[in-house]
Parts: sequence; C-alpha cells; structure tokens
Amino acid sequence: MTKDYEVAVVGGGLLGSAIAWGLGRLGQRVAVLDEGDITKRASRANFALVWVQSKGLGMPAYTGWTVRGSKAWPTLAAELREQTGLDLALQQNGGFHLTLGEDEYEARTNLVARMHNQTGATDYKMEMLPAADVKKMLPLIGPEVSGGSFCPFDGHVNSLRTFRAFHTGMKQLGVDYLPERPVTAISHEGNEFRLTTTQGELRAAKVVLAAGNANQTLAPMVGLSAPMGPTRGQIVVTERTVPFLPHPLTTIRQTDEGTVMIGDSKEDELDDRVQNHPINAVMADRAQRMFPHLGRLNVIRSWSGIRVMPQDGFPIYDQSETHSGAFVACCHSGVTLAANHAFDVARMVKQGALEPELVDAFSARRFGAESGASGSGYY
Amino acid sequence: MFKRANGDARRSVTIHVEGKAVTAREGDSVSAALLASGLDVRRATAVSGAKRLPYCMMGVCFDCLVTIDGVGNRQGCLVPVADGMQIEIQKGKREIGR
Repeated sequence: MTKDYEVAVVGGGLLGSAIAWGLGRLGQRVAVLDEGDITKRASRANFALVWVQSKGLGMPAYTGWTVRGSKAWPTLAAELREQTGLDLALQQNGGFHLTLGEDEYEARTNLVARMHNQTGATDYKMEMLPAADVKKMLPLIGPEVSGGSFCPFDGHVNSLRTFRAFHTGMKQLGVDYLPERPVTAISHEGNEFRLTTTQGELRAAKVVLAAGNANQTLAPMVGLSAPMGPTRGQIVVTERTVPFLPHPLTTIRQTDEGTVMIGDSKEDELDDRVQNHPINAVMADRAQRMFPHLGRLNVIRSWSGIRVMPQDGFPIYDQSETHSGAFVACCHSGVTLAANHAFDVARMVKQGALEPELVDAFSARRFGAESGASGSGYY
Repeated sequence: MFKRANGDARRSVTIHVEGKAVTAREGDSVSAALLASGLDVRRATAVSGAKRLPYCMMGVCFDCLVTIDGVGNRQGCLVPVADGMQIEIQKGKREIGR
C-alpha cells in the first residue's frame, strides 16, 4: 500500500501552516487538511503581538520557550520575506503593559516580582517604570497612566500577512493545502495513518494535530490528550492615524499601516458571531485614558474571536506512545511562537521524535487524570 | 473640468480651501464644492500616498476624506458646505489630535 504523504497536518491556521511550511522547507511531502473560510479561526482574529513579558508564571519552561521564539522571529521574517516577498512588519523594540491608577501599578509590580522570583525561568528583563519614565518613551500618555511594565524582548508583527506568507510559502514548497476537509476520524494501520475527511480519505506516515481547540476531540483518536479551555476575546479597530505609538502595549498597538487595535478582553462566551458592546466600551475607554487623543478617532470595525487555549494556558506538544508518528501541538500564542513551530517543531516531526530538552515540560501528561486543571499561562 | 449648470439660482456660500476663498452654492456637499472649485483637491491616501479625488459621492468609497474645520478623515461627500468653513486637503493619515 503506498503512502500518499510523509506528514498530514490537521489544521491550516497559523500553527498548522507554520509546521507545514517548516516541514516543506525540510523537503517533506506534506498535506494540510483544513476547514473552510467560515471556521472559527484565531489566525484571523488575534492581536499580533510577539510577546514575552508576564508569560510563564507557574511554568518556568514556558518563559524559555517564549524567549526562544522571540529571538528566532527575525530569522523567520527574513526567510519568509526572501521566499514570498511579503514584509511582515516585525518590530521588536520592547513593549509595555500600562497601568491606570496606583492600585493597578502596585498589582503589576507584585506580578513582576513573582515572575522574577521563579526559579528556573529565563530572565527576560521585565521591569516596572514609573509614569515619568514611560512618558519619555511614549510621549502621548495621559495623566491617569501611573506607569507600566516594560520588556525589551516584546514586539509585534503583521499577523495576517504572516498567515498569508506561510500559505504562499508552503505552496511554493510543494505542500498540498486541502481546504473544506474537516477530519472526522483517524485510524492507524500498519505504519500509516488514515484520515477520514468529508471529502474522502488521506493517508500519511505521520500526523500532526494542529487543529486548535478541536485538538481536544482529535487527540484521543491517536492515543493523545489535549484538554482545552477556549475563551473569547474582542478587538476594536480605529481608522488610520499617523504613527504615535513607538512600542506596542498588551492592550493597544498601532499596525504598520496606521490603524490602532484595542483589545484584551477574556470572556467565557464562545459564540464569535456576536459582540458584547459594554466590553468594547470599557476597552475603548481605557485606551483613551491611556492616550487621550485616541478619543477623537473613529472606530471602523470590531470583532470577537475564539482563543485557542489549552486548559492551563500553557502549550501542549506531545507525541503518541500508542500510535507511533502521531503528534499534537496546541498553544495560545501562535504568533509569538511561530518561529519555534516553523523551525523546531517541524524538525522534531521530521525526525519522528520530540526533543525533551526543548518541549518535555509541555507534555499533556502534566494534566494527569484530572481534567479540571486551572491557572493560566497568560497574564 | 466640472462646470456648474446654467440657471443654478441657489445662494452663494464662501468656504476656504487651504486658506483660499472659494465660492460654493448652498446645498453643495464639500466634495461637490471642491470638484467645482477648479483647484487641485486631490488627497493622498493613508498607506500608499496615491492621489485620489471624491468618487462615489454617496458615502461608500471613502475616497473623499478631507479635514473640515480641524477634524480629519471627514467624508466630504456627506457634509454640506457652510459659510466660513475651513477645508484642508488631507495628505496621508489622519493627524494626531485632529
């Protein structure tokens, strides 16, 4: 029986396409099985930060993995630009989390101290700055800003263009992108996987589950587990204005083309076809308290999107013990970790084994038998 | 390029385009008055800086963006002229605080 592909990647979002691009780059014969245009897709709803600060409280290994991703991003951007001609507008000159009022400043100061006190975590030089120091770097802040935390590794990118670049690039590398093929069943016979889709069966020697929150359903088909706990987020976008924000914030960023994105809500609601306008109002109000001139700008669109979120907030990378050649990858930060997925995870999948020194901490074994793990990798 | 129809009996209104007095007619939209002025009223787009003039004249295409009385990114085709109105041709992105 002939194998159609060396690797089938289930999921063509930012994470799946990064791994598929990486595998294509290593000469692998790859198929990407994706859903359609109207699927819930974080790759088109995200905030586009390449973000380090405040990640990894509760799991020091995650800070190292995140810093690694941040440092590898310039190589990824350069390679994608060389291949596709697309400028991903990567900017990594440090980013802020601003606070309004003294209580928020104190709470953030405590968080920074807790991050610093974690043993085994990579030091990413996150520091608290009082308002006067923030103002030197962000001259247009308003009087209510009490200060903020700054991390020199933080940055942002044009994430829609990144998504497009992976797809353009993987096509050039001979990867077969197969949309409208949600996977309904996976079986393992002999040395190959058979993936049942709504448009027939596909066979591959290895399979990588990169289907976002749907990994929770798919993983058990190949002896893996991926407990997910998705949340919803909303983003408000203004009309274009001249550049005023030299550093991105956790809650506000200005794109390379001038629009201002405002976001950071976290909701239990999982319907991405509706919006909670009071939440948008709070986000917009906080934004204009941070930068009063924003109050004059028109909002041109807003949207809600569903976050891909492992149950405890930290990424999951695992390989199956019972179904050799099956891997699962899920994480919230598909933008920040894109270079890790394109370079590291793709290399591990090609060689058929995850590298424990890089990703052992992210095995879903950490969830044990209980499914109600709590905490978050994201603050 | 554009000529006013003969027999247009509407009252005259004076607006200022880049500081220059321009005679319009009551009921003109800002975009119509700019097109009728004979001046070079092309704006520069926000991203590429391409030169553009009002196009759809009905609020859809956003190619008529203009600064009116100190407020940027107004749709000139949807705003009626008023005596003494100050119009600036917008060059690129909306400015901070305008």
